[in-house]
Amino acid sequence: MLDILSDYWLLLLVGQFPQGPLGGIALTLVMSIAALLLAFPVAVAVAVARTSPIVWIRRAASIYVTAVRGIPLLLIIFWSFFVLPLVTGINSSASVTVVCALVVYEGAYLGEAIRAALDALPTGQTEASRSLGMSYWTTMMKVILPQALFNCLPSMMNQFVLIVKNTSLAYIIGSQEVTFSAHSINAQLLTKPFEVYFMLAGIYFVMCYSLSRIAKLVERRVERKRSGQLAVQGGRNSTLARASS
Amino acid sequence: MSLESFQVLAEPDVQRLFLRGLGTTLTLFITSSVCAYALGGVLVVFRMSGRLSSALVAAFVEYHRNVPSIVQIFVWYFGVPQLLPGPVQTWTNTHLGPFFFAVVALSLNAAAYISEDLRSGIRAVSTGQLEAARALGLGYIKAMRLVVVPQAIRGAAPALINQALGLLKATSLALAIGVNELMYVARQLDGETYATFPSYLTPTVIYLVCTLTLMFIGSRLQRAANKTR
Repeated sequence: MLDILSDYWLLLLVGQFPQGPLGGIALTLVMSIAALLLAFPVAVAVAVARTSPIVWIRRAASIYVTAVRGIPLLLIIFWSFFVLPLVTGINSSASVTVVCALVVYEGAYLGEAIRAALDALPTGQTEASRSLGMSYWTTMMKVILPQALFNCLPSMMNQFVLIVKNTSLAYIIGSQEVTFSAHSINAQLLTKPFEVYFMLAGIYFVMCYSLSRIAKLVERRVERKRSGQLAVQGGRNSTLARASS
Repeated sequence: MSLESFQVLAEPDVQRLFLRGLGTTLTLFITSSVCAYALGGVLVVFRMSGRLSSALVAAFVEYHRNVPSIVQIFVWYFGVPQLLPGPVQTWTNTHLGPFFFAVVALSLNAAAYISEDLRSGIRAVSTGQLEAARALGLGYIKAMRLVVVPQAIRGAAPALINQALGLLKATSLALAIGVNELMYVARQLDGETYATFPSYLTPTVIYLVCTLTLMFIGSRLQRAANKTR
């Protein structure tokens, strides 16, 4: 397995990059980050719409979320492969298509995560800022969203892990990310499918496991901040502060 | 996107094609969910007994959580037959198709998630329940079986239904190894007739009908679970 890795590490890392298009792990990560960044505003909009005081906005958002939850991501990818050229008029590449599909998909899932954070805030926050004379939008932008978005940082990181895993579907429509690289290595070697695919699984495992570990750390930090212990910096200081109080 | 392209759906051949695809998808879904729930139950027993078996199951769960399902399917379909000794390998090549390996990969993946859901369901049952059952003279196994597990399953039911939903959607990945399920059929039809809109609209509607049914069952169970609490 290691000899495959040492022979083909460049192909796995960046695809045919200097000569051809970017590929491999680099493309997987670029696609994932682009999908997360583009899905974020959509998700915030969906979350705000899901908690909106206006009934039909709430209903429209919940239809969107239910529909996306109800169909496989692969189907969304096929739809955007077909619909995107009709809308934009140009044939976009497989990677762009998948990023768009992931934005639609994550708009719903990340939106639900953010909505859960909005629901988890005590209603006193909204009531207090409304009674101080702030409008609905000022309340949202200045009071509710800053707290809710901070609190759901860990679940956003977990969604990012899901995005990284989901970009592997891009291989099916011919995007040259890391699954595609592994496939072409397998086609060249022919005799070692287990080593190649298990190595691919290992690559994903390292990426996703470390990301979810980071998510755990962020979660602990967020929880500490929420319980008001971050005011005293550092672990030992905070235990001292707790002991003395 | 003309309406005439929808005439393709009136042809009996096309209808048969979609029915066969739906049949394969449902067989794949039902077979792998039966295996997944059974295996998930076994895994959670190992997870909660002994340090070594618990660590092994934890590693199994982490592998399935952090590797994309499609890569797991590839490992099983392309990779694992190579590890088998020669005669067994020729037997698998002739007797076991992509369908079998799709079932194996999908049910192992779902079993990992199901075992975690069951475990958190068991942890959510208060320890007083087990203690009271033991104090009344039930053995550990009997107390688990009669008192803790029924409550745990009731609590975890919405999450367990959600896993079925995920599994139904994950069956679409089997197209990557050539199982002719719903998505495979849709792509085939699109390639042959260029009637793109109807070929993808049909599976969309079919998936939505199936998943909305599951979501409805899930929300009913959620309501029932909330009521008993």
